[in-house]
Amino acid sequence: MAETITMPKLGFDMAEGTLVRWVRVEGETVEKGQVLAEIETDKATVEVESNVSGVVYKHLVEQGAIVPVGTPIAVIAAPGEKVTDLPVQAEAAAPAPKAEAAAQPAAVAPVPSGATLEGGRVKASPLARRLAEEHQVNLAAVQGSGPGGRVVRKDIEAALAAGAAAAAPVAAAPAPSAPAPQPVPAAWAGAVSAPADEHVAIDRLRSAIGRRMVDSKQNIPHFYVTHVYDVEPLMALRSQLNELLPDGQKLTVNDFIVKAAALALRQFPNLNASLANNEVIRHGHINIGVAVAVPGGLLTVVCRDADQKPLRVISAEVREMAARVRSGKVRPEDIEGSTFSISNMGMYEVEYFTAIINPPEVAILAVGSARKAPVVDGDSLRVGMQMSITISADHRVTDGAEAAQYMQALGQYIEQPMRLLL
Amino acid sequence: MARITMREAISQALWEEMERDPSVFILGEEVGVWGGTYAVTKGFYDHFGGERVRDTPIAEAAIIGAAIGAALTGLRPVAELMTINFAFSSFDHIVNQAAKMHYMFGGQMVLPLVIRAVGGGGRQLGATHSQTPDAIFAHFPGLTVVAPGTPADAKGLLKAAIRSQDPVLFIEHATLYQIRGEVPEGDYVVPIGKSTVQRPGRDVTLVTYSKMLEISTKAAEQLSKEGIEVEIVDLRTLRPLDIEPVIASFKKTNRAVIVEEGWKSYGVGSEIAARIYEEAFDYADAPVKRVAQKEVPLPYNRTLEQSAIPSVEDVIAAVKEVLHG
Repeated sequence: MAETITMPKLGFDMAEGTLVRWVRVEGETVEKGQVLAEIETDKATVEVESNVSGVVYKHLVEQGAIVPVGTPIAVIAAPGEKVTDLPVQAEAAAPAPKAEAAAQPAAVAPVPSGATLEGGRVKASPLARRLAEEHQVNLAAVQGSGPGGRVVRKDIEAALAAGAAAAAPVAAAPAPSAPAPQPVPAAWAGAVSAPADEHVAIDRLRSAIGRRMVDSKQNIPHFYVTHVYDVEPLMALRSQLNELLPDGQKLTVNDFIVKAAALALRQFPNLNASLANNEVIRHGHINIGVAVAVPGGLLTVVCRDADQKPLRVISAEVREMAARVRSGKVRPEDIEGSTFSISNMGMYEVEYFTAIINPPEVAILAVGSARKAPVVDGDSLRVGMQMSITISADHRVTDGAEAAQYMQALGQYIEQPMRLLL
Repeated sequence: MARITMREAISQALWEEMERDPSVFILGEEVGVWGGTYAVTKGFYDHFGGERVRDTPIAEAAIIGAAIGAALTGLRPVAELMTINFAFSSFDHIVNQAAKMHYMFGGQMVLPLVIRAVGGGGRQLGATHSQTPDAIFAHFPGLTVVAPGTPADAKGLLKAAIRSQDPVLFIEHATLYQIRGEVPEGDYVVPIGKSTVQRPGRDVTLVTYSKMLEISTKAAEQLSKEGIEVEIVDLRTLRPLDIEPVIASFKKTNRAVIVEEGWKSYGVGSEIAARIYEEAFDYADAPVKRVAQKEVPLPYNRTLEQSAIPSVEDVIAAVKEVLHG
């Protein structure tokens, strides 16, 4: 019995996806749960698993094609089965036209990265390699449109047309580490030697972040409420617990914040909500999105029903999802369905900051570092441990008073962390 | 120019060469009184007589052995094997004797011998009678292997084979006898060992020969409607292989698909792909792709047989794959 696989919907606002790579070719056997293809959305490249076992009878769309959600992309059949009523191949499945590719190489390159082979060698066709050498194009700076991000001739031609990668030094882009100290010149000669301007193409993830953030900041009337919490008990409890936990399972400060934010949200359903079509949807589940930095951008992984999960489960889930995000193996469910988000920059010695709301959510927390601070204790001063957290909220849905009350409720959990273990 | 079938073209070449040179004669099973299993030599027996159109016992080793002997003594035998599958019965004679005598005896004798053999599948003749072992024979230095894909080439190449001083295995595809094409009349000779571009294009190089030229051409016509222009290089001769037109085309398109009817492993496609990488590596913009027969003994069942032999759809899919690769 043949089964049709369709372009999955991987988020509230996903309308279409790019079929980056067929992992299983036609005729290949695939078991249920095995990876069938890689799909790129605005947010990430994700693996699509086959929901049946069988043989890949036919690919209905080509690699590189951008197709709407729900479009049939492949047919899985029983071994030897002849499928007569194939779904109509998607008209929209045409790969990006060549002319456009030449005009806007950065915008249509379907694979933002992953074009590096073991040992750091750039994945490029021999022809592309030769052309790059002849025209002094830095291969590493060219986005490949071939399978698995292979750089092919048209990518070099597009790069040459754009002038983006030309004449750049062939060495890889410098790592963002501390620059080596330069000798102080004996006398100011008036001549400055500096590297040429570098033009970096906006990749798909970067442009998605840009689009969403502009949309959020332009359309959502943000307001901000900052509270400073006493985290001395929390830090002590964390140390105590971590002594009992093996390496690799130790709890992070963020795990506590996720749990605390989720528990506090139970009392504030208006903040665990989405605004869509002039209607506030108050979500039954409390799914906390945690921002994870990746090279060139960030993704939000989702810890579902965080109010109901023990700390160790939250910790393990977030750790695994973050690892998948960083290795490019993120699954659709990892990044879909958050109802409230947290951005934590505590590891960067941040006093406080504000975050941009992740639409269609209503609020987001910006978490600063836990640090020693002077604390007024009665009539005396002592050295305590504090952390500032700032909520950004959507004024169309909520008001300052409600946000402030939520921050107070959050304090009940953060400052009395034993409650997180109950 | 007359538009005739490949059967008529082959027949014409044989007839004209027998008229031209009295040392040319035919031998094989049912070639005489019956006129040939595929009716290629119909009328020859009545015209040229039993001396020059000789029916033989059903013994392929004897047919090829006798032909080798005749060639050594100065005649120009054209031996017919009802199918190339029967060449295995005379394998030693073909690859160990005919292919090596000129070399092993210091060039003292030549072997102007032609073996016409019917090859290919698609006619529900079963696994033992439907094979495409072209690559096996093309493996042996000393044996010329020719396999035309058009009526004109069939005529011109058979004439060249008969006039050659070396042993030539001339493979005729069983399902090509009825295809039609323009064939020059009279003394039309196509040189052995020359590949040719049968269809010009710019996007992908399609290397093929024999029956798969027909399949590839149909695929090219369909692809053309989608704006994909395929350049088809017809090998025509497998040994000696003329790789130059393949390389020239590949340097233009940077992408290639090789289509053959035989099995993929150790096949013609393997050889062509290797030559492309050896001689034009820096021109490759995508991995070379091979389309070939599924790696099974060819089934008798019609549906299974057709699904095992490369189809127009297989070629189209392969072209699209290398184009997007």
